[in-house]
Amino acid sequence: MPALVLLGIFMVYPILWSLWMSFQVGRGMNFSFGGLTNIMRLTQDPVFIRALTNNFLFLAIQVPIMLVLALFFANALNDSKLWGRGFFRTAIFLPCVTSLVAYSVIFKSIFGLEGIANQSLLFLHVIENPINWLSDPFWARFVVIAAITWRWTGYNMIFYLAAMQNIDRSMYEAARIDGVPGWARFWYITVPLLKPVILFTSVTSTIGTLQLFDEVNLLTMGGPSDSTMTLSLYIYNLSFRFMPSFGYAATVSYVIVVLVGLLSLIQFMVARDRRA
Amino acid sequence: MTNPIALLGRAATYLLLSLAAFVSIFPFFWMIVGASNTSADIIRGKGSPGVALWDNIVKFFNSFDMVRVLFNSFLLAGLGTALTLLVTSMAGYGFEMFRSRFREKVFGGLLLMLSIPFAALMIPLFVLMAQFKIINTYQAVLLPSIASIFIIFYFRQATKAFPSELRDAARIDGLKEWQIFLFVYIPVMRSTYAAATIIVFMAQWNNYLWPLIVLQTNEMKTLTLVVATLTSGYTPDWGVIMFGAICATFPTLVIFFLLQRRFVEGMLGAVK
Repeated sequence: MPALVLLGIFMVYPILWSLWMSFQVGRGMNFSFGGLTNIMRLTQDPVFIRALTNNFLFLAIQVPIMLVLALFFANALNDSKLWGRGFFRTAIFLPCVTSLVAYSVIFKSIFGLEGIANQSLLFLHVIENPINWLSDPFWARFVVIAAITWRWTGYNMIFYLAAMQNIDRSMYEAARIDGVPGWARFWYITVPLLKPVILFTSVTSTIGTLQLFDEVNLLTMGGPSDSTMTLSLYIYNLSFRFMPSFGYAATVSYVIVVLVGLLSLIQFMVARDRRA
Repeated sequence: MTNPIALLGRAATYLLLSLAAFVSIFPFFWMIVGASNTSADIIRGKGSPGVALWDNIVKFFNSFDMVRVLFNSFLLAGLGTALTLLVTSMAGYGFEMFRSRFREKVFGGLLLMLSIPFAALMIPLFVLMAQFKIINTYQAVLLPSIASIFIIFYFRQATKAFPSELRDAARIDGLKEWQIFLFVYIPVMRSTYAAATIIVFMAQWNNYLWPLIVLQTNEMKTLTLVVATLTSGYTPDWGVIMFGAICATFPTLVIFFLLQRRFVEGMLGAVK
């Protein structure tokens, strides 16, 4: 079983190692046992708290927006009478075949100070002065959220679309004959039947958001003044950008492990409750 | 039938869909047009094709040893995909075909590990690679990514559809286990392999964070790393960057259009 050997070396061992490491203090390759020092440091580290808040902010804003959009598009595209179905489907799905690096770079150029976003808004007289997208804390977050939504909405839409196609048509016909309006058919038939898929997408999106790295590193490098810093980026900075502080970085990484575990658990429990 | 509210809803749906389609496609348009413009034109927001395409291509190929970079990217993505498919499909086959007391426990453990973020692994992995003395080598990039739990899971699900009579018949004919796997299982599971190839290739091709950590010299860098590097200067040359972005997107875009249906099938294999 080569797969298990590889996983053993490159997964299980690192996991245990980083757990051990999270109790070490020191710089570079010199370690000593620090007990709970690292955990104490977490509570007083403004950058860590900033990163944690940002991760939750992205999670709370972006994931619901994206999943609702995906559900809406999937529902619209599932209508066989819709004109141009194939075109819309391909178009909305297209972003998720781009590489994270390529689209981050493109977004960076679109949202430059003199970039096309500002040019268009100025031209349409929506704004008076150009917005400094990537250097303003609020707008930098906005761009990050917009970028992730752009990349992943179509991806989630595909899961919904596939699930919708497995729903028995006759249920809708029956409801239509009984005079149930369109939105109610959506809300009382489609959404409940899609629950397992919605759970799946929300778990994967949550994990994805908690691991957010590529976009923030390329768009803003976590700035301005850490307003788009995420936990993954902070771990990277702690280990590879500044003087390496592996022990503390490992502690921060365990925060993500615990968070992912907790949030997945909550989502599963919520789903189970509703089913009962 | 057609009351005004339904009609309005329909119009709103089309409007939103068109808007979404525009937003989805615009960055692609911007990237392609941008590659033919000078940096100054792109910054000014010029939205029409320009004449600087050739200049940008030349500058792009001069900025790095691009032949080497492209070679690295294709080698890592190709080799990574081949090895991943081999290892994960063996694991998937093994999990489904052989019974042992701990099978479900081990598999459950694997699924749990699926939720452990990469950020938690990268430091110990990096130290491990340093101890193996393989930092800045192809092996360092490939090794941790080969045994993808997600793809093992995918292959195990797909193997449920593999007729075990076929294996039994092959055993009676005196074939060894590895021969059964190679000459019976793989040909039968062709389409599963095709779908998995797309997903794995895309993941390998687009990989950024881990290569960023372990690849340190210019001649080892991959295309994604190079494109990312181009933006970090004080005066990034956007025309060149746009061309780089096209190069980075092109292979996955081609795969997507050639194998659209397979691609979606592949993604869905995981939820079923």
